[in-house]
Amino acid sequence: MIEFIKGTLLITGALFVLLAAIGLLRLPDLLTRMHATTKAAALGVILIMLASAMHFAEVGIVARSFAIIVFILMTAPVAAHVIGRAGYFVGSRLWSGTVKDELRPNYDPLTHELKSGLETHENAKRHPRDTDPD
Amino acid sequence: MDTVILISQVIMGLALVLTFVRVVRGPSLPDRVVALELFSTTVVGMVGVYAIQSGVASFLDAAIVIALMGFLAAIGFARFLERGGPRDD
Repeated sequence: MIEFIKGTLLITGALFVLLAAIGLLRLPDLLTRMHATTKAAALGVILIMLASAMHFAEVGIVARSFAIIVFILMTAPVAAHVIGRAGYFVGSRLWSGTVKDELRPNYDPLTHELKSGLETHENAKRHPRDTDPD
Repeated sequence: MDTVILISQVIMGLALVLTFVRVVRGPSLPDRVVALELFSTTVVGMVGVYAIQSGVASFLDAAIVIALMGFLAAIGFARFLERGGPRDD
Protein backbone atom coordinates (compact mmCIF):
# COMPACT_ATOMS: atom_id res chain seq x y z
CA MET A 1 0.00 0.00 0.00
CA ILE A 2 2.70 2.47 0.96
CA GLU A 3 4.62 1.51 -2.18
CA PHE A 4 1.57 2.38 -4.26
CA ILE A 5 1.19 5.77 -2.57
CA LYS A 6 4.89 6.48 -3.01
CA GLY A 7 4.82 5.58 -6.69
CA THR A 8 1.73 7.71 -7.28
CA LEU A 9 3.34 10.68 -5.55
CA LEU A 10 6.54 10.30 -7.58
CA ILE A 11 4.80 10.03 -10.95
CA THR A 12 2.41 12.89 -10.16
CA GLY A 13 5.25 15.14 -9.01
CA ALA A 14 7.33 14.41 -12.09
CA LEU A 15 4.31 15.08 -14.31
CA PHE A 16 3.72 18.44 -12.62
CA VAL A 17 7.35 19.39 -13.21
CA LEU A 18 6.95 18.39 -16.87
CA LEU A 19 3.77 20.46 -17.01
CA ALA A 20 5.71 23.48 -15.73
CA ALA A 21 8.35 22.97 -18.43
CA ILE A 22 5.69 22.66 -21.15
CA GLY A 23 4.04 25.83 -19.86
CA LEU A 24 7.36 27.63 -19.89
CA LEU A 25 7.88 26.60 -23.48
CA ARG A 26 4.38 27.19 -24.83
CA LEU A 27 3.01 30.29 -23.11
CA PRO A 28 3.43 33.60 -24.93
CA ASP A 29 4.56 36.05 -22.29
CA LEU A 30 6.99 36.52 -19.38
CA LEU A 31 4.24 36.82 -16.78
CA THR A 32 2.22 33.86 -18.06
CA ARG A 33 5.40 31.77 -18.18
CA MET A 34 6.14 32.65 -14.58
CA HIS A 35 2.58 31.76 -13.66
CA ALA A 36 3.22 28.28 -15.08
CA THR A 37 6.63 27.63 -13.57
CA THR A 38 6.24 28.85 -10.00
CA LYS A 39 3.05 27.03 -9.07
CA ALA A 40 3.33 23.78 -11.00
CA ALA A 41 7.03 23.19 -10.29
CA ALA A 42 6.62 23.96 -6.59
CA LEU A 43 3.72 21.47 -6.35
CA GLY A 44 5.76 18.83 -8.18
CA VAL A 45 8.75 19.15 -5.88
CA ILE A 46 6.46 19.12 -2.84
CA LEU A 47 4.92 15.80 -3.99
CA ILE A 48 8.36 14.28 -4.60
CA MET A 49 9.57 15.36 -1.17
CA LEU A 50 6.45 13.83 0.41
CA ALA A 51 7.35 10.58 -1.38
CA SER A 52 10.90 10.68 -0.01
CA ALA A 53 9.59 11.37 3.50
CA MET A 54 7.34 8.30 3.21
CA HIS A 55 10.20 6.22 1.82
CA PHE A 56 12.69 6.85 4.62
CA ALA A 57 10.17 7.25 7.48
CA GLU A 58 12.67 8.43 10.09
CA VAL A 59 12.20 11.51 12.22
CA GLY A 60 15.26 13.44 11.05
CA ILE A 61 14.73 12.74 7.38
CA VAL A 62 11.02 13.54 7.49
CA ALA A 63 11.92 16.83 9.18
CA ARG A 64 14.46 17.51 6.44
CA SER A 65 11.91 16.81 3.70
CA PHE A 66 9.41 19.12 5.34
CA ALA A 67 12.14 21.76 5.66
CA ILE A 68 12.60 21.59 1.89
CA ILE A 69 8.83 21.89 1.40
CA VAL A 70 8.58 24.93 3.69
CA PHE A 71 11.62 26.51 2.05
CA ILE A 72 10.17 26.12 -1.44
CA LEU A 73 6.77 27.41 -0.33
CA MET A 74 8.46 30.49 1.16
CA THR A 75 10.95 31.27 -1.60
CA ALA A 76 8.95 30.57 -4.78
CA PRO A 77 6.53 33.54 -4.39
CA VAL A 78 9.34 35.90 -3.38
CA ALA A 79 11.49 34.96 -6.36
CA ALA A 80 8.50 35.18 -8.72
CA HIS A 81 7.59 38.62 -7.37
CA VAL A 82 11.13 39.94 -7.74
CA ILE A 83 11.60 38.58 -11.26
CA GLY A 84 8.19 39.81 -12.40
CA ARG A 85 8.89 43.29 -11.04
CA ALA A 86 12.29 43.41 -12.71
CA GLY A 87 10.82 42.14 -15.98
CA TYR A 88 8.13 44.82 -15.91
CA PHE A 89 10.73 47.52 -15.23
CA VAL A 90 12.96 46.32 -18.03
CA GLY A 91 9.95 46.59 -20.31
CA SER A 92 9.37 43.05 -21.44
CA ARG A 93 6.56 42.93 -23.96
CA LEU A 94 3.16 41.73 -22.84
CA TRP A 95 1.12 39.24 -24.82
CA SER A 96 -0.81 40.80 -27.72
CA GLY A 97 -4.05 39.45 -26.25
CA THR A 98 -3.59 41.27 -22.95
CA VAL A 99 -6.87 42.95 -22.06
CA LYS A 100 -5.81 45.44 -19.41
CA ASP A 101 -2.58 46.72 -17.90
CA GLU A 102 -3.55 48.56 -14.73
CA LEU A 103 0.00 49.43 -13.79
CA ARG A 104 0.95 51.34 -16.94
CA PRO A 105 -0.82 54.70 -16.32
CA ASN A 106 -0.01 54.83 -12.59
CA TYR A 107 3.62 53.95 -12.70
CA ASP A 108 6.63 56.14 -13.36
CA PRO A 109 9.31 54.05 -15.11
CA LEU A 110 12.14 56.46 -14.27
CA THR A 111 11.66 56.89 -10.52
CA HIS A 112 9.98 53.48 -9.99
CA GLU A 113 7.19 55.23 -8.08
CA LEU A 114 3.61 54.04 -8.02
CA LYS A 115 0.80 56.59 -7.86
CA SER A 116 -2.70 55.86 -6.63
CA GLY A 117 -4.36 58.58 -8.70
CA LEU A 118 -5.69 60.29 -5.54
CA GLU A 119 -2.78 62.73 -5.01
CA THR A 120 -4.82 65.93 -5.23
CA HIS A 121 -4.27 69.11 -3.24
CA GLU A 122 -7.48 68.52 -1.31
CA ASN A 123 -6.40 65.10 -0.21
CA ALA A 124 -2.98 66.42 0.80
CA LYS A 125 -4.57 69.10 3.00
CA ARG A 126 -7.05 66.76 4.64
CA HIS A 127 -5.99 65.40 8.00
CA PRO A 128 -6.76 61.73 8.40
CA ARG A 129 -7.66 62.23 12.06
CA ASP A 130 -10.73 64.29 11.14
CA THR A 131 -12.31 61.43 9.28
CA ASP A 132 -11.58 58.79 11.87
CA PRO A 133 -14.77 57.74 13.64
CA ASP A 134 -12.95 57.27 16.96
CA MET B 1 9.21 0.57 -7.58
CA ASP B 2 12.35 0.66 -9.75
CA THR B 3 10.22 1.10 -12.85
CA VAL B 4 8.31 3.97 -11.27
CA ILE B 5 11.56 5.71 -10.31
CA LEU B 6 12.90 5.24 -13.84
CA ILE B 7 9.72 6.64 -15.38
CA SER B 8 9.77 9.71 -13.14
CA GLN B 9 13.45 10.29 -13.91
CA VAL B 10 12.76 10.13 -17.65
CA ILE B 11 9.85 12.57 -17.29
CA MET B 12 11.97 15.03 -15.35
CA GLY B 13 14.81 14.70 -17.84
CA LEU B 14 12.34 15.61 -20.58
CA ALA B 15 11.30 18.61 -18.49
CA LEU B 16 14.96 19.67 -18.26
CA VAL B 17 15.31 19.44 -22.05
CA LEU B 18 12.19 21.58 -22.60
CA THR B 19 13.46 24.14 -20.09
CA PHE B 20 16.81 24.22 -21.87
CA VAL B 21 15.02 25.01 -25.14
CA ARG B 22 13.52 28.06 -23.45
CA VAL B 23 16.93 29.10 -22.08
CA VAL B 24 18.35 29.02 -25.59
CA ARG B 25 15.39 30.60 -27.36
CA GLY B 26 14.14 32.99 -24.66
CA PRO B 27 13.65 36.38 -26.27
CA SER B 28 14.77 38.43 -23.31
CA LEU B 29 16.91 38.07 -20.21
CA PRO B 30 13.99 37.78 -17.70
CA ASP B 31 12.68 34.76 -19.64
CA ARG B 32 16.05 33.09 -19.26
CA VAL B 33 16.12 33.88 -15.54
CA VAL B 34 12.70 32.24 -15.12
CA ALA B 35 13.92 29.21 -17.06
CA LEU B 36 17.05 28.92 -14.91
CA GLU B 37 14.92 29.04 -11.78
CA LEU B 38 12.80 26.19 -13.14
CA PHE B 39 16.09 24.38 -13.81
CA SER B 40 17.06 24.55 -10.14
CA THR B 41 13.59 23.46 -9.01
CA THR B 42 13.67 20.48 -11.39
CA VAL B 43 17.13 19.48 -10.17
CA VAL B 44 15.86 19.57 -6.58
CA GLY B 45 13.15 17.10 -7.60
CA MET B 46 15.65 14.88 -9.40
CA VAL B 47 17.92 14.82 -6.35
CA GLY B 48 14.93 13.82 -4.22
CA VAL B 49 14.14 10.95 -6.60
CA TYR B 50 17.79 9.89 -6.59
CA ALA B 51 17.82 9.89 -2.79
CA ILE B 52 14.90 7.42 -2.89
CA GLN B 53 16.62 5.30 -5.54
CA SER B 54 19.98 5.05 -3.78
CA GLY B 55 18.63 4.95 -0.24
CA VAL B 56 21.09 7.60 0.92
CA ALA B 57 19.18 10.30 2.78
CA SER B 58 22.11 12.75 2.78
CA PHE B 59 21.20 13.75 -0.77
CA LEU B 60 18.32 15.74 0.70
CA ASP B 61 20.90 18.13 2.19
CA ALA B 62 22.23 18.67 -1.31
CA ALA B 63 18.64 19.37 -2.43
CA ILE B 64 18.31 22.05 0.27
CA VAL B 65 21.55 23.68 -0.87
CA ILE B 66 20.50 23.62 -4.54
CA ALA B 67 17.15 25.23 -3.70
CA LEU B 68 18.95 27.95 -1.71
CA MET B 69 21.39 28.63 -4.55
CA GLY B 70 18.57 28.88 -7.09
CA PHE B 71 16.69 31.37 -4.93
CA LEU B 72 19.76 33.53 -4.38
CA ALA B 73 20.61 33.45 -8.09
CA ALA B 74 17.08 34.61 -8.96
CA ILE B 75 17.29 37.47 -6.45
CA GLY B 76 20.72 38.50 -7.75
CA PHE B 77 19.63 38.44 -11.39
CA ALA B 78 16.53 40.47 -10.58
CA ARG B 79 18.56 43.10 -8.74
CA PHE B 80 20.98 43.25 -11.65
CA LEU B 81 18.11 43.74 -14.09
CA GLU B 82 16.48 46.41 -11.97
CA ARG B 83 19.65 48.45 -11.47
CA GLY B 84 20.00 48.42 -15.23
CA GLY B 85 23.52 47.26 -15.96
CA PRO B 86 24.80 46.82 -19.49
CA ARG B 87 23.22 43.76 -21.03
CA ASP B 88 22.99 42.04 -24.34
CA ASP B 89 19.96 39.82 -24.81
